[in-house]
Amino acid sequence: MKKTMYEKIWDSHLVVEAPGQAPLLYVDRHLMHEVTSPQAFEGLRLANRKVRNPHSILATMDHCVPTKDRDLPIADPIAKKQIETMADNCQENGLNLYDMKNPNNGVIHIVVPEHGFVHPGMVVVCGDSHTATHGAFGALAFGIGTSEVEHVMATQTLPQMKSKTMLIRIDGALSKFASAKDIALAITGKIGTAGGTGHVIEYAGEAITKLSIEGRMTLCNMAIEAGARAGLVAPDQKTFDYLQGREFAPSGENWDKALAYWKSLPSDEGAEFDTIVTLNAADIEPQVTWGTSPEQVTGITNVIPAPEDFDDEIKRQACENALNYMDLKAHTKITDIPVDLVFIGSCTNGRIEDFRIAADITKGTKVADNVTAIAVPGSYHVKQQAEDEGLDKIFIDAGWEWREPGCSMCLAMNGDELTVGQRSASTSNRNFEGRQGKGGRTHLVSPAMAAAAASAGHFVDIRNI
Amino acid sequence: MEPYKKHESIAALMNRSNVDTDQIIPKQFLKKVERTGFGIHLFHDWRFNEDGSDNTDFELNKPAFKDAHILVAGDNFGCGSSREHAPWAIADYGFNTIISSSYADIFYNNCFKNSILPIIATKEQLASLMDEIAANEGVRFVVDLENQELTTPAGNGFKFEIDPSRKENMIKGLDDIGLTLTHIAEIDQYEEKHKQSYPWLWA
Repeated sequence: MKKTMYEKIWDSHLVVEAPGQAPLLYVDRHLMHEVTSPQAFEGLRLANRKVRNPHSILATMDHCVPTKDRDLPIADPIAKKQIETMADNCQENGLNLYDMKNPNNGVIHIVVPEHGFVHPGMVVVCGDSHTATHGAFGALAFGIGTSEVEHVMATQTLPQMKSKTMLIRIDGALSKFASAKDIALAITGKIGTAGGTGHVIEYAGEAITKLSIEGRMTLCNMAIEAGARAGLVAPDQKTFDYLQGREFAPSGENWDKALAYWKSLPSDEGAEFDTIVTLNAADIEPQVTWGTSPEQVTGITNVIPAPEDFDDEIKRQACENALNYMDLKAHTKITDIPVDLVFIGSCTNGRIEDFRIAADITKGTKVADNVTAIAVPGSYHVKQQAEDEGLDKIFIDAGWEWREPGCSMCLAMNGDELTVGQRSASTSNRNFEGRQGKGGRTHLVSPAMAAAAASAGHFVDIRNI
Repeated sequence: MEPYKKHESIAALMNRSNVDTDQIIPKQFLKKVERTGFGIHLFHDWRFNEDGSDNTDFELNKPAFKDAHILVAGDNFGCGSSREHAPWAIADYGFNTIISSSYADIFYNNCFKNSILPIIATKEQLASLMDEIAANEGVRFVVDLENQELTTPAGNGFKFEIDPSRKENMIKGLDDIGLTLTHIAEIDQYEEKHKQSYPWLWA
């Protein structure tokens, strides 16, 4: 039988399928951060259970960590306790933790690929919905709840229902300045935030093959915003080149064995998918969200829609609510929307390529009056690399703040947040009400679009710069 | 885990779609290291005014819904982050049943770990239930998991689908980890094979 990549990974990880019980899937890699793990460790302790396979785990601190004055104690006592609990739990169980002071520290989904900890064909989980990022390597990677974190620690397996498969094919080549982020947003705009529910997406087509590994990470990262369990891209030479030589990548004889296995993973020619969606890359212009859901998105040359533009009653109501919350009027040109704060960072767009393109746009400009612009590298390694290339100077000279790594304003748990009514251009992944601070208004964009908005003070079509 | 069999309760109406986990439990409450005490923060930003008083415009603050254990909500409930704090808050607040036309995958899974039954209705069924509550706030529904049946006074009930293994675990209140550990021999055996097939993962 012809199989999709998802089916190949599923079949090779099926431990047992007992009658009347959910199939049990083996987990190769387990990623952790401080927010969704403490209750899982507590559960293990109460049940007197042990971590079955400590070497399968890599942990970091990212959600609550400050992005400035890192040498001072954490001011928020509850966050401080969560950070300390993480350190204690990792030490007690012999887990590899990149704590706040560790030179490898950063956002979990940035750090893990940097060290080659995820490979093609693996099953990877984390108590974090953006685990889908690692699908860029052809690994089945998905977010789980804290009870499941405990389950994986105790058993190295998870009871799982098999997902349906969705092929999203992006034909043709992207235009200049359209990025992986724009593809991800355009997909969410097309199929909606529930469009991928119950599915694992495989991204394919010329535009996907041409993406860099970092671009593929951005794309797969936002599979969850389209409602999917996970996103996958078939591993190819770019994947192998990225992995070779990294700390946890196979080496020597094992490299050849692994490579042979990885090459067997792409979906078979003619394998059937439950759903197929196609987009034309040339049609994808730089995207900007205008509402409070990632599906409320449009191209930079468009205007904000009006509620009556939607046939569906639910979408009409959602548009009305969003315009109200965002304090925007229908038919306003996207390029006329002013911004107060610009944030570049997060597990979606906090990698070196993101800062390179943003610096390219920023070079020689100044941050507009009344705009605050913050650059938060995804990890200390990204930060170092950017500084080695002189990118930090470009941002600082233009009036940006150059911060320490962390999740920062993506979800505003660490004190970096919008105030009531403030409007951001953000390279993160969610524009829900209050996501970046209560009453804050978020517009999701690519790093290039964010950088351009910082100097203009409003959104601009970067193709005209 | 608390077994779930049959419940009769007031059904509260939340006629909104795409209710995300950031709304269910905003991020400022995710810093705790305990599993309990999240109910007081459920829907915080919608539920409370700036000064901490109840927002009387928010649907769950209606006196008629005060003792509801069933939540009827719009499509794609629980989208967004994987935070299990969302079902913890929902359960701690007092809900043991949600009825919607669809759920985000991770949230749906998380419900079963916390004795919350997420019932999937068709869009038409959901609309009828919403109409019934709107016309008669405080109306009581009966949920019978054993027979997979919802009944309502106006006759808008229906038979619902649920995976048999999840149903069984819920009715018996089984601990998932305990159940998986009954397969420890198979896991050991699989892992041995795994070491042979993928030696680079164990190097």
